[in-house]
Amino acid sequence: MAGLITMDDLTNEQIINILDDATRLLPVAKGELYLPLLQGRILGNLFFEPSTRTRMSFETAMKRLGGEVVNLGDVKNSSVVKGETLFDTIQMVDGYTDIIAMRHPRQGAAQYAQDSARVPIMNGGDGAGHHPTQTMLDLFTIRQAHGTLEGLKVVLAGDLRYGRTVHSLSHALTRFGCELIFASPKLLMMPEEIVSDLREHGANVTETDDLLGSINDADVVYMTRIQKERFADDDEYARCAGAYKLHADHLGDVKSEMIIMHPLPRVDEIHASVDSTRHACYFNQAFNGVVARMALICYLLGVTVPADVESEGGAF
Amino acid sequence: MSNEHSMRRVTAIRNGTVIDHIPSGQALRVLEMLGIGGKSSVPVSLVMNVPSKKMGAKDIIKVEDRELTQTELDRLALVAPDAHVAIIRAYSVAEKLTINLGSEVSNVVRCTFSNCITTNLREPLPHRLKVVSRDPLHIRCHYCERPQDLDELIKNVL
Repeated sequence: MAGLITMDDLTNEQIINILDDATRLLPVAKGELYLPLLQGRILGNLFFEPSTRTRMSFETAMKRLGGEVVNLGDVKNSSVVKGETLFDTIQMVDGYTDIIAMRHPRQGAAQYAQDSARVPIMNGGDGAGHHPTQTMLDLFTIRQAHGTLEGLKVVLAGDLRYGRTVHSLSHALTRFGCELIFASPKLLMMPEEIVSDLREHGANVTETDDLLGSINDADVVYMTRIQKERFADDDEYARCAGAYKLHADHLGDVKSEMIIMHPLPRVDEIHASVDSTRHACYFNQAFNGVVARMALICYLLGVTVPADVESEGGAF
Repeated sequence: MSNEHSMRRVTAIRNGTVIDHIPSGQALRVLEMLGIGGKSSVPVSLVMNVPSKKMGAKDIIKVEDRELTQTELDRLALVAPDAHVAIIRAYSVAEKLTINLGSEVSNVVRCTFSNCITTNLREPLPHRLKVVSRDPLHIRCHYCERPQDLDELIKNVL
């Protein structure tokens, strides 16, 4: 059964259908309604490297819909340290579960797992490769705020070189005709092959190192963390990172409906003063990880989300 | 070895394989891909950059007393997908072999990216590379999707 390894596994129409399902599932995700659509189903959580939000939101998504979750647990205490291959691990978990969420340090591991399994695999990050469920929740958050994904102006800022989140999201936004502004220090610019690939697919892309000069006519500002270890010395880091910090004082002339997103964890690229502005969307974005993954699990398992969730769902 | 003998070896072999229509300048790469080097015991003749009506210029390799296997043909497909391969027995063409570079190359070479899941050689699934474009040759790993450099791939022959 097919899973979600990259965003290329979904058509635009399928993406929109899943986001529609997610919208209807919001009261279930919030715990306001009980709707056990996944009762009797088991999710296998295989996180071969640390994860907080992704692992927890998969688990919450499954449980909110009445399903069960089994966890690989700490890799250090699993068969993996004894030298078990990914293929063998997948054979085992495939037999225990109905669907698998996986994060692995090796690139291509999710596709490898899918080729080894009968149940759908959801890629929760494979090395520097893909993280499509993050993209789904990002798209959900953007559409929730703007009512559409079409034709928005989106600034992606910070570490665009190493961040798999921004790579997947850029491709997805291009499919919906968004204008992209990449704002980053020279050292952390979006890889050239990704920019040319996006342009080949018709993207309108601008590259700049001026974040604050780019945000006033943006609909979305997507911040990412700049990691110290990417720089040769602390001075260079301080000089570069300083230009990629948002403070509430910077938001005086931005569009009123502009949203600021961040895949989290943030360090100091978004000052706490932004949290109380109407633009701060990152905590809502993290919550949306649950509802987007609920809809995705239903889709991959072929479970229909009712058109009228309110009347199908029960009170607690 | 006389010059006359050497010329005869290039023009005709008794038994073995002739690989013709190799893109000009690629013969050494072909030999490397096939694992035929200085240490192999079979005689090998090589002609480079000779005029060709079809290709302008081409390379030719003749390997004596050795017939290419299907696995070797699959490797050859990556460096010379349009080459012609003939098996020679008793100075005559006994068989013409077809090279087929399809949309995927399976278990011929392994991905060159150091962090690809397939670098764990104990993983049992086949090493799969996707042929994205044939001319110019553009190959990606089926698993990690990294583009593959042919010079690097040659070092990763299975």
